[in-house]
Amino acid sequence: MEATASSARREARDWIEENFDPQLSVRAWLERLADSGWAAPAWPREWHGRGLPAEEAALSYAEFNRVDAPGPPAGLGVMLAAPTIIANAGDELKRQFVRAVLVGDHAWCQLFSEPGAGSDLAGLQTRAERDGSEFVVNGQKVWTSGAHLADYGMLLARTDPDVPKHRGISYFAFPMRQPGVEVRPLVQMTGESGFSEVFFTDARVPASAIIGELNGGWAVALSTLGFERTGLGAGSGIGFRLAAPGGSRVLAQQEVSVGEFIAAARAQPRSFGTNSTAMIGGSITPLVALAAGLGRDRDQAVRQDIVRLYTLSSVNTWNGLRARAARQAGGRAGPEASLGKLMSSRIARQWRDTASLIAGPREMLAGADGPLDGRVASQLLATPGPSIYGGSDQIQRNIISERVLGLPREPDSSKTVPFRQLRVGTQAGPGEAS
Amino acid sequence: MIFTFTDEQTELAAILRRFLQDKSPPAEVRRLMQTEAGYDPQTWAQLAGQLGLPGLVIPEKYGGSGAGPVELAVACEEMGRALLCAPFFATAVLAAGALLAAGDQAAADEYLPPIAAGTTIATLAGCEDDGAWTTERLATRARRSGDGYRLDGRKSFVLDGHIADLLLVVAQADGGPSLFAVDAGASGLARRRLDTLDQTRKQAVLDLDAVPARLVGAEGGAAAVLDQTLRLAVIALAAEQVGGAQRCLDMSVEYAKIRVQFGRPIGSFQAIKHMCADLLLEVESARSAAYYAAWAAQDGSDELPLVASLAKACCSEAYFRAAADNIQIHGGIGFTWEHDAHLYYRRAKSTEVMLGTPAEHREIAARYLIDGAAGPA
Repeated sequence: MEATASSARREARDWIEENFDPQLSVRAWLERLADSGWAAPAWPREWHGRGLPAEEAALSYAEFNRVDAPGPPAGLGVMLAAPTIIANAGDELKRQFVRAVLVGDHAWCQLFSEPGAGSDLAGLQTRAERDGSEFVVNGQKVWTSGAHLADYGMLLARTDPDVPKHRGISYFAFPMRQPGVEVRPLVQMTGESGFSEVFFTDARVPASAIIGELNGGWAVALSTLGFERTGLGAGSGIGFRLAAPGGSRVLAQQEVSVGEFIAAARAQPRSFGTNSTAMIGGSITPLVALAAGLGRDRDQAVRQDIVRLYTLSSVNTWNGLRARAARQAGGRAGPEASLGKLMSSRIARQWRDTASLIAGPREMLAGADGPLDGRVASQLLATPGPSIYGGSDQIQRNIISERVLGLPREPDSSKTVPFRQLRVGTQAGPGEAS
Repeated sequence: MIFTFTDEQTELAAILRRFLQDKSPPAEVRRLMQTEAGYDPQTWAQLAGQLGLPGLVIPEKYGGSGAGPVELAVACEEMGRALLCAPFFATAVLAAGALLAAGDQAAADEYLPPIAAGTTIATLAGCEDDGAWTTERLATRARRSGDGYRLDGRKSFVLDGHIADLLLVVAQADGGPSLFAVDAGASGLARRRLDTLDQTRKQAVLDLDAVPARLVGAEGGAAAVLDQTLRLAVIALAAEQVGGAQRCLDMSVEYAKIRVQFGRPIGSFQAIKHMCADLLLEVESARSAAYYAAWAAQDGSDELPLVASLAKACCSEAYFRAAADNIQIHGGIGFTWEHDAHLYYRRAKSTEVMLGTPAEHREIAARYLIDGAAGPA
């Protein structure tokens, strides 16, 4: 094991030695990465990867990060769409989409949640109706990140309302840039807009763009959600610290040379780590500084809370390392994805509460007037997010208790009733006035 | 640092689990906890003879197995799961640890081989009436007397102190806090078993009236000995807590699958399954903390003082929560004497406040993390 891991590392080093050239355009570099398999070394060989186990892939990323080499564009294309397509679609769709994600031709968004279908995702109402070789899509999605930049969407739509809800859903690789699609920014409680609402009015998608089987979209959606939990919990997927720009709307940005791109990124340290999706860190460093600055670092309650936060962050890291080591040793894959996601939201809350304890009445102030230049306020407002997005804490607990602990599922009578008869979203249930 | 167990470590856990299922089932735990001695001499002899456990971390030259902190943690986890009633922690962790830390060759030659063989039960009498493991305000005094010393005072919270053959006593000598060996039969020694919350591990109070004692290590050396001993002991105790916490979770999940109310197993209600999911997160996190600390001890890492305290705080709270939630999930039956849930609840609380409370350990960690004490930042 040790021998293969270090040989993967050496192979990466040799390849970089031979191929990394700051004079290349970002575009040309991305193509080199994609065609050599080093863009996503954990993916299968036949689909632009090298078939490496995650642990060895991680070692190879370290080599690329040593020279700050930019990797494939960050975002849902690399994190969710391509892995889903590789795992579920036919070769034609794989040829159409996998490389395009890695070189940044296409940016993706996820068209899953709806106003009436959040935790009960299978209750979605957006419908896709057959029209010759195409489907016609009508409905609404919500909580879509990157919709305004996306070229394609991972669309879940109802293709058969006369069967129970899980059995009438199809999964489409849906083209976003067409007249029947309207994207409206959604402003979150933080005041920022990281998401959109997406409205479909007679939008069109070819039947050949179905990923998996017609009406078999639920199983495909579960595989995407699995990739999402892994990504949101311990951080996973692609390990380049620096990501190239991607998506047809920003393709022009790939014309600069790799050297210029890196120099610009180095001038702005925030450019690094954009591939990590953890939105709220658990670092105690700013809080220790805040406590010291306000003379609160001798306060027993503050000290206890800072150590609590440090403990949660540490055990979350160690849980991930243990799980990875167990996988590497050929053991059973642990429950770490949902556990890590649950822990992330706990860490966010502990950070918020510790900051609050330290800041006291100063927490009433935000922006440049607020503690830590407004970070205490902005993290306070961002904290409800992690326990809701990507499957709420409550859904994660269901997953853990059912799939890991083997507890029985909650009886759900809506699973056996044709979708048309359910009370869901804007659809009235049986016997109710419509 | 590696994050998996070796084949030998996995094997040790499996062998010990089988042994304890056989020799320490709940009925036996209940029988022993109501005896004066609190352990079964025959089982103790087998633990020593068949498994070599009392000498687990004692070097081979003294007849031990020469294993490290990770093996110790593995063994403690299994014993904690089974609530084994035996003087293991007192003998193999505290006393053997103190003798190894003291660096007194003659004492090691004399005392460690019979400890490893299981023929000497030993303990470390560090605490006085406040239960704190500190050498800062010792009331017990040592004075020179001929070739040796005489001890006067009172030591309390002495694990298995009522049955130990060898008592390692911390007392204030002219040269500072020092470690002394006292024979169980020494004149002037009176010991009384204390009435304890956790009946599966006994404690005693020792009254010392001019008790003849032998200095172990140098005068004034006890503070460093305790430091080193307790650092490993808190990791061993944390691992024991992980074993107990895991057993509580297992009991809860098993019961939630078979207990039916409102026509359904209670484990199908989210109110119950979410408690179980949260407990799994607690137990897995506690396990990571305990073994990370054990691996750090094995590697001789600079992080050790910090992560040992993090582990003790984290595992203590996880165990107590698991023990308390286990009773809640069982409902009425969990509140009865006949159900085993309270045995874990008692052990959980008792180990939570033993060798430093969670708040005390977090304060130790704070000195590294906030005050920048030497060590990791």
